[in-house]
Amino acid sequence: MKLRKVTAAAATALVLSLTATACGGDGKSDSADTGSGSGGGDKIKIGIKYDQPGLGLKEPDGSFSGFDVDVATYVAKELGYNEDQIEFVETKSADRENALARGDVKFIAATYSITPERQEKVDFAGPYLLAHQDLLVKADSDITEATDLNGKNLCSVTGSTSAQNVKNDFAPQANLEERSGYSECIAALQSGRVDALTTDDSILAGFAAQEQYKGQFKLAGLKLSNENYGIGVKKGDTETANKINTALEKMVSDKSWNKAVTDNFGPAKYKNEPAPKIGNIVK
Amino acid sequence: MSSVLYDTPGPRAKQRNVLLSVVFFVLLALLLWWVWQTMDDKGQLRWALWKPFTESQAWTTYLLPGLSNTLKAAALAMVIALPLGAVFGIARLSDHQWVRIPAGAVVEFFRAIPVLLLMLFANAFYDLYTGVSSEQRPLYAVVTGLVLYNASVLAEIVRAGILSLPRGQSEAAMAIGLRKGQTMTNILLPQAVTAMLPAIVSQLVVIVKDTALGGVMIGFTELLNTRGTLAANYGNVIQSFVVVAVIYIVLNFILTSFASWLEKRLRRSKKSTGAVLGADDVEDINAGEVGGTPATGAGGGTI
Amino acid sequence: MFDFLEGYDVLGAFWTTVQLTILSAVGSLIWGTLLAAMRVSPVPLMRGFGTAYVHIVRNIPLTVIIVFTSLGLADIFGVTMGSRDFDVQGFRLAVLGFVAYTAAFVCEAIRSGINTVPLGQAEAARAIGLNFSQTLRLVVLPQAFRSVIGPLANVLIALTKNTTVAAAIGVAEAALVMKEMIENEAQVLLIAAVFAFGFVVLTLPTGLIFGWLSKRLAVKR
Repeated sequence: MKLRKVTAAAATALVLSLTATACGGDGKSDSADTGSGSGGGDKIKIGIKYDQPGLGLKEPDGSFSGFDVDVATYVAKELGYNEDQIEFVETKSADRENALARGDVKFIAATYSITPERQEKVDFAGPYLLAHQDLLVKADSDITEATDLNGKNLCSVTGSTSAQNVKNDFAPQANLEERSGYSECIAALQSGRVDALTTDDSILAGFAAQEQYKGQFKLAGLKLSNENYGIGVKKGDTETANKINTALEKMVSDKSWNKAVTDNFGPAKYKNEPAPKIGNIVK
Repeated sequence: MSSVLYDTPGPRAKQRNVLLSVVFFVLLALLLWWVWQTMDDKGQLRWALWKPFTESQAWTTYLLPGLSNTLKAAALAMVIALPLGAVFGIARLSDHQWVRIPAGAVVEFFRAIPVLLLMLFANAFYDLYTGVSSEQRPLYAVVTGLVLYNASVLAEIVRAGILSLPRGQSEAAMAIGLRKGQTMTNILLPQAVTAMLPAIVSQLVVIVKDTALGGVMIGFTELLNTRGTLAANYGNVIQSFVVVAVIYIVLNFILTSFASWLEKRLRRSKKSTGAVLGADDVEDINAGEVGGTPATGAGGGTI
Repeated sequence: MFDFLEGYDVLGAFWTTVQLTILSAVGSLIWGTLLAAMRVSPVPLMRGFGTAYVHIVRNIPLTVIIVFTSLGLADIFGVTMGSRDFDVQGFRLAVLGFVAYTAAFVCEAIRSGINTVPLGQAEAARAIGLNFSQTLRLVVLPQAFRSVIGPLANVLIALTKNTTVAAAIGVAEAALVMKEMIENEAQVLLIAAVFAFGFVVLTLPTGLIFGWLSKRLAVKR
């Protein structure tokens, strides 16, 4: 009978520990859920990126920083929410349209370029920034034009349009590697495995300015495309879109836009375009 | 057992062993030295890249929430898969063909399919047909994929556990007039569960390892995924990889040690029937036993 | 009904899966046997290395190993596997990762096979004056291999399914193509059914053939 007791105890312990972890986990997700019901708890959920320094980054202390974050915070305040009512949610590139369609987030400010394909699925406010596709190369690199990439190694993030642009239009002979994130691409650039990394110059500048990479990389300064960053809202939610547009106009006129630019892009020495006019999408 | 392959070494054999040891040691040392040197050349050993892991924020903001999601998904998958697996395992032992055959087909089908495919499918399915929020969807998809696969593995473990009991147990139960259902619930299952415990713990290791797939392929914010956010901050891709790998090794090492401790303990005790399903059995079941049991032979698993 | 298949190279994807499986299987059989030999060898250091390798590798998720071949081996250590083309490199790196991982399981299967060979066989071999490597090569391993056909077939089936992890570093095998299709096409159920069927077709015959082989070649005792 002794064995029975031991095994029974072991089994109970196992089950208990399992349920304990499960409950612990559940409790956590519950608390994260309290704000999800629209209107419940008077919170506003905003979609941003977590892994793009200078635009949207989750800092080690758990706070968020970047230009997108500042714009989103300003807009949320104009919509009538306090800073502590804002809840930031990570919206990865592939998830953005869905998160809006379901109403998981009120709006998205996550390097979200306005394109005709996306406009079929979501509505955009803005644009609030004009960025361009560019190349990040080593500081001593002699790549100055996109055509220099022919026969060279190029890195971009899986599924991004910037990689295809280069391959289709500028340098068909480029050897393209796609990786899961920008920091993985930068690691490849640092080790010499690839010669250039391509995406929007705003994103590249943020990475180049990071403490660990200072002085190692430079932007080639090419304007390979126009990326009009807009704020995505649910399709048909013109009321919110209009409110956001008003907020964005106010942000430019009261110089908060300039301050956000200097705060976030200043350290990166990113030469940004002047504030775009609402509704003026540069093709 | 392996010591029978060679005699107790004499003077010459001892010399040869020492020589082999030295050669092997030098080769290993050269390899390690090359690894160290290359990392140094590429500046990967700089303290600034490793330092974040000595500070609490890297852990509390990125790694621990990731680890907690890993454990959450693994625990949920195990808790849901266990009863499901028990039902299918018992159904496969049924006397009725119309129960046995469909149950067998389902089990063999899900064991034949890579767990990644199941996760990808579940992710798309929840996206299109249900109202699960996009924040929760990756967790749902990962758990669903893990449950579908592991329930079928656990079904085999349950079946093997029941079959591992001596025939005398069910014969004695029948002799005292218990019905089939009673025999199962009162005699066979309680003993089988005891025999299965080590195998179940070993299966947890497989589940924990598979959660990493969800992190890379469908954006579930588990340990491997939060590593990416961490690396975006500190710019330490390789270093974060090493740390995460060590966390996995320690976690799974604890689980495997616990499993083998349980197994030894159960084997030692003389009062039970002595039937124990250990880690090795799990490995075979995970990959689908070939030729051993009347299983159709399909299957296969994430070993 | 199956017009969603147009524009996707599903057969090519499965062919890549098959190639990954076969190359990794051959590689891990060789490396795994070497590891098993180390684990039963008279040299303590080799035994220790074999044991440590198996225990460490088995406890790391395969995903971590595969991603590391790309981020670690290729980036830092400059392992380019003899090709500049990133697609070819990714494929070869994935094979390397699968070999490193699967070898640990092959090693354990072979070691358990060695343990099934009766003591008397090895004792008799030593009695007629064979040394360690002769005992292993001529007497023990031939018998061990026959008895591990079953377990090795399990490893092979698991490897077939594990090759889907190569999708994590962008190798265009079945899982990656399925992911692409699922994201762009509407018939999710049909797509999943097609790929599930593909894997059943790959794994079912493997199981049946090796099951038959292991029964046929079993050492009668």
